[in-house]
Amino acid sequence: MEPRITYGAFAYDVAHLLGGGVLALSFVLLYQRRVTAVINTYAMQAVVLAMAAAWQGLVQGAPHLYVTALIALAAKGIAIPLALHRIVRRLDIHRSVETALGIFPSMALGVALVALSILVVLPTTMESQALTREDLALALSVVLLGLLMMITRRTALTQVVGFMSLENGLILAAVGVAGMPLVVELSVAVLVMIAFIVFGVFFFRIRERFDSLDVSHLDRVGGAHR
Amino acid sequence: MILELLSPAGMVVLAPLLAAAVLAAVPRRDIAAWINIAAAAAAAFALACRLPWEMGAGTLLLVDPLAAHMAILTSFVGMTTAWFSRDYVAVEEAAGRLDARGLRQYHALFQAFLGFMLLALLSNNLGVTWVAIEAATIAAVLVVGLPRTEEAVEAAWKFFILCGVGIALALFGTIVLYLAALPALGPGLPAMSWSALAPAAAQCRGTLLNLAFVFLLLGYGTKAGLAPLHAWMPDAHAEGPTPVSAVLSGSILNVALFVILRLRSLLAENADAIAPGPPIMVLGLLSVLLAAFSLWRRRDVKRFFAFSTIEQSGVAAFAFGLGGASAIFAGLLHLTLHTLTKAAIFQCVGRACQLKGGQKFVDIGGLIASHRLLGLTLAAGIVAVAGLPPFGLFTSEFLVVVETVRRLPVLIVPLGIGLVVGAWALAARLIALCLGPPTPDRGPAPSAAALAPAWLHLAVVLVLGLMMPASIVAWFAAIAGAVR
Repeated sequence: MEPRITYGAFAYDVAHLLGGGVLALSFVLLYQRRVTAVINTYAMQAVVLAMAAAWQGLVQGAPHLYVTALIALAAKGIAIPLALHRIVRRLDIHRSVETALGIFPSMALGVALVALSILVVLPTTMESQALTREDLALALSVVLLGLLMMITRRTALTQVVGFMSLENGLILAAVGVAGMPLVVELSVAVLVMIAFIVFGVFFFRIRERFDSLDVSHLDRVGGAHR
Repeated sequence: MILELLSPAGMVVLAPLLAAAVLAAVPRRDIAAWINIAAAAAAAFALACRLPWEMGAGTLLLVDPLAAHMAILTSFVGMTTAWFSRDYVAVEEAAGRLDARGLRQYHALFQAFLGFMLLALLSNNLGVTWVAIEAATIAAVLVVGLPRTEEAVEAAWKFFILCGVGIALALFGTIVLYLAALPALGPGLPAMSWSALAPAAAQCRGTLLNLAFVFLLLGYGTKAGLAPLHAWMPDAHAEGPTPVSAVLSGSILNVALFVILRLRSLLAENADAIAPGPPIMVLGLLSVLLAAFSLWRRRDVKRFFAFSTIEQSGVAAFAFGLGGASAIFAGLLHLTLHTLTKAAIFQCVGRACQLKGGQKFVDIGGLIASHRLLGLTLAAGIVAVAGLPPFGLFTSEFLVVVETVRRLPVLIVPLGIGLVVGAWALAARLIALCLGPPTPDRGPAPSAAALAPAWLHLAVVLVLGLMMPASIVAWFAAIAGAVR
């Protein structure tokens, strides 16, 4: 499809390894029991994502992907985790993660979601390049695991981390598609959104208003009683 | 590419965004309200009215009949709502619900929201459309959270998380859509632009188009408030400042359905892709039914009308899913008239809530007896949105029903039940709100000038219901023909 890109076996393997690393860290996120560990795992995922983006920039000969990589490293790998740690300290959030679903069932569901995304993506992308196909399957898995984390974790902060890990999956998908325009612009837009969400936790001071960051308190608004 | 922003279509987008920047810096609130009105009126609406004579596709912007129509509608509602909000926020400020800083943010965010909505409508690039919808969402979330009450913060947070997930899914769909277009258009910007995608749809990869469709439908369906993805909408409408509900009800839903409509024609052109109609119809029908029955259980006025918005969005989505020139004609007409009617209703409801000092049904009653103008305007709006003659929504719902009977007679049963139950609930609430003994007043009554935008909207809806001019019919038919 793209004549100037010829994948050697090594380029393929490294890209695969880094994409797989992002997915593996999504699983690691699922079984963390402490808030600080969740944040650190997220930072690690962002660093691996940055490496994946930089590697794709190298093998595709697309220097703008280095910018995406730099954004992922600086903002998601360093700045946002620092901000989250600060929020945890300042708002004195419970250090343990409250789960709506046990660790084992969520891991089992996670595996099922990966199988699902492989079953969905691989048959639909028969004619695409092998790397694009597998990258898309990995990315969709990361997106679904992020959604799973948002559903199974009770506190707002861990939901935010789930959302951000979901966004990591989106960036992984975008960098894996050869020649995709506007990747940098899209990753900046995603970053702005994430920044607003993190800022939102802090700014709206959800801790002060609802005793804990437990979002089940939010159900007061949604109920049928209004 | 940058110079395109100086074309008339570009100015339509730039004007509100520039106004937002100015408003963020202007401390005087009396001036700010006028800048808000001027920007929405002169800049956005006057410029948008030139769009039908500026058709064409550039790298960045695409003006086709559908986009021009939606942009005119959005900027018109933006203009009238800006006028309405001048009085509204003055009352809010006097009641201490908004401070000077909040007011400044409100004006800047209002214009930013409007500008990004217009960008989403006029953009030729899927990526830019996505960024614009995301930015508009952030602006809307911030406005909803502005009153800083516990409920407003909760609503804003829910809005953010749910729409954030929706938007994330839409981005994944956008990436997959690009991948689907690669074999037809090659790498680069054309594979992400609507104008290049439309003629090349047949050569796109069908299986990938399907995957993209699922994600984009779920993603933008969240923004359109289609069931079961609607959960954010009642909260956002109930807790945010009312002018935002008026704009939110119209524009964000329109933009989402607009993208879904464009996507539908891409899939319809491709032989390998699934038929896009049935999934859209199912979501639409589900929304109509769910909202119609939910209407009965609401105790909060603004929440009640938010559910009515979900119902009407469902009717339009159902018509779009049905497909064909006449159904799309009916859907577009419905979307347009609903936007105008619902904006008028939210303007009346906003003033009624201020007047009665609460937004529960028990607080508000007997409006016609105590405040004739407000009560009659609200009553007219409710009659219109219930789809009763002589208002235009009767025509559009009638057309949808006729098309359904002609094409898929089985579906008339659930659709009919939804429409009747919904209209019945509206009629029941109309009696409670407008007739009967008046409840005590706890706030200032609106002046005639504050209600003028609602009259303007309802007058348009009434005229289009009584005698639709041939030129308007031709305009809608041209759009429906181009989309089909």
